[in-house]
Amino acid sequence: MLAYAIRRLLGAIPTLFFIITAAFFMMRLAPGGPFDQERALEATVMANLNATFGLDEPLWKQYVIYLGNLVQGDMGPSFVYRDLKVHQILAIGLPVSIKLGGMALALAMLVGSALGSIAALRQNSAVDYGVIAVATFGITIPNFVVAPVLLLVFALYFDIFPAGGLNGWQSYVLPVIALSLPQIAVVARLIRGAMIEALRSDHVRTARAYGLPTRMIVIKHALRAACLPAISYMGPAAAALLTGSIVVEQIFGIPGIGRYFVQGALNRDYTLVMGTVIVVALFVVIFNLIVDLLYAVLDPRVRYD
Amino acid sequence: MTDMTEVSAGMVPEVKSRSLWQTALIRLRKNVAAMLSIFVLGFLGLCGIFGPMIAPHDYAEVYPAYVKVPASISAYPRADDVIPEAQSALRRARLDLELVEMNDEVLTVIGTSERGVDERVTRYLDRSDLFTNARVVEVSDDGNRIEMQADVDRLYFLFGTDANGRDLFSRVLISLRVSLGIGLLAAGVALVIGVLYGATAGFLGGRTDNMMMRVVDVLYSLPFIFFVILLVVFFGRNVVLMFIAVGCVEWLDMARIVRGQTLSLRRREFVQAAEALGVGSGAILKRHIIPNTLGTVIIYMTLLIPKVILLESFLSFLGLGVQEPLTSLGVLISEGAKNMQNAPDMLIFPALTLTILLFALNFLGDGLRDALDPKDR
Repeated sequence: MLAYAIRRLLGAIPTLFFIITAAFFMMRLAPGGPFDQERALEATVMANLNATFGLDEPLWKQYVIYLGNLVQGDMGPSFVYRDLKVHQILAIGLPVSIKLGGMALALAMLVGSALGSIAALRQNSAVDYGVIAVATFGITIPNFVVAPVLLLVFALYFDIFPAGGLNGWQSYVLPVIALSLPQIAVVARLIRGAMIEALRSDHVRTARAYGLPTRMIVIKHALRAACLPAISYMGPAAAALLTGSIVVEQIFGIPGIGRYFVQGALNRDYTLVMGTVIVVALFVVIFNLIVDLLYAVLDPRVRYD
Repeated sequence: MTDMTEVSAGMVPEVKSRSLWQTALIRLRKNVAAMLSIFVLGFLGLCGIFGPMIAPHDYAEVYPAYVKVPASISAYPRADDVIPEAQSALRRARLDLELVEMNDEVLTVIGTSERGVDERVTRYLDRSDLFTNARVVEVSDDGNRIEMQADVDRLYFLFGTDANGRDLFSRVLISLRVSLGIGLLAAGVALVIGVLYGATAGFLGGRTDNMMMRVVDVLYSLPFIFFVILLVVFFGRNVVLMFIAVGCVEWLDMARIVRGQTLSLRRREFVQAAEALGVGSGAILKRHIIPNTLGTVIIYMTLLIPKVILLESFLSFLGLGVQEPLTSLGVLISEGAKNMQNAPDMLIFPALTLTILLFALNFLGDGLRDALDPKDR
């Protein structure tokens, strides 16, 4: 298994390399630069700035230098937040995003699988239709509608939770709900479908024939098989959640790294955008690996040798 | 012999064979949610096409007197607001107002001024959004006293107005047009690229297929949102170009689906027969492969349109999409989110419209999938 994991990680290097290259050149081909302002800077000032940040070199040389620094773990200075290096900005924002995303992830897994299992156990009952309705609702309505409505109801009308910022546990409630709602919906749908199938499978019938208690059959035998599709969905979803949601962070005023995507791209803050892209790509690679390893743990038929 | 055939024809009731599409249509008719969605979509589509033409207000027209008024089916201005508004409109006219009153939709104002009145003061009333057709009824002989009348302009704001005093109903209508148009355009681009790419990869097979699908895999692993944002930055804020760009990003799933279908179609007898007859690759693709993938493609298309509309709304929400004064549902929702404290209507109506639209599209997509591909249920 360890050998497999290492092989997978090595196999991800070309992908990462391609992503970095594509992002680097796309960013540079876009018109405008990090030092463009409403009023153009004096030519000498501009030349000095470009020289300081190494932007006066030919593009291919800049690319080689950037790659060289990156291999040594240096993502360079931010062009817009002049006092900070990119890894410092990420070090401030990333833990916030991870904390928020982690909570949303846990909530989505727990609530989603509970709802899905209950719906599957009572297939075609009112409970089942209720869960399907909630799931359809959660999938259809986008984040940027759910989040303001949550704010409107729970922060402004009832004043139960704060409307923004991060102070105390109360301020996590609304963003976590807004983040996890669509995921809960998808997980519930996937688990329901897989669970209905799992409950009809041979090994569950055998367990029933042994006379095992229903709860044990459902949790230990059926759910184990039923959560496989949900897990393969959660891989990329987890990467997206943990690296911060642009919308939720913007609406609730949370200082995560989600906003650096948009701000960075608009400001042409080349290094910062590259930094966020690399972080996201790394998370995607790692979580896809975790999903594959979990598969082997949960499904005894899958072996990586 | 002729008797025999007549007898057998009489005994066996003539069964019309039903094509795949006919069976699908029958199944679709039985799906209440999908049929309802078709009507809702048709209605929303008509709203988007004709709504802005027959709407009472232009979507870009600003009414400074009615900023953030709440939604109402009765007309504005409210009776209580007319007189204060008339007074404030005439404040700059340098008149001493003796009488300001309203009878039967007609406002009567009597003003005096020691330095004589100018008949052009009626303009101050006309300039306000509340009054039209201001006219001088009588000017006293010394020219210091004027009596004017103006009609009160009754305006309807069914969904209220936005932060600039623009009618939200008209804005929702135009945003429906923009969102639906963009959805169709981008989904169309994704369709063309995806089908051509997928069919080519699946048809050529072997090493070419492998290479082409690796490219798709790598593009999949690009952080998607970032990719779109870069495209937006690159293309500037041009709506049409931007959504061609979105279509260029969204074709990946389509390419995979079509490739899978093509791979299995390629081994079917009728394709091999066409090959044996010496039909060229391009003709086989055009005549046999692409038409046979249409069912799946249509299903995917109906599910892709809401995805694209959502993406457009998301970009607009971030301020990267459609630019003022044109608007889209995402822009309206984002403005609504900013103003929800004192004007919740601005959030509620666009959000509701988007939700209904997305629900209808999703239900129709699911219904079509069930109808065209019953084993997938």
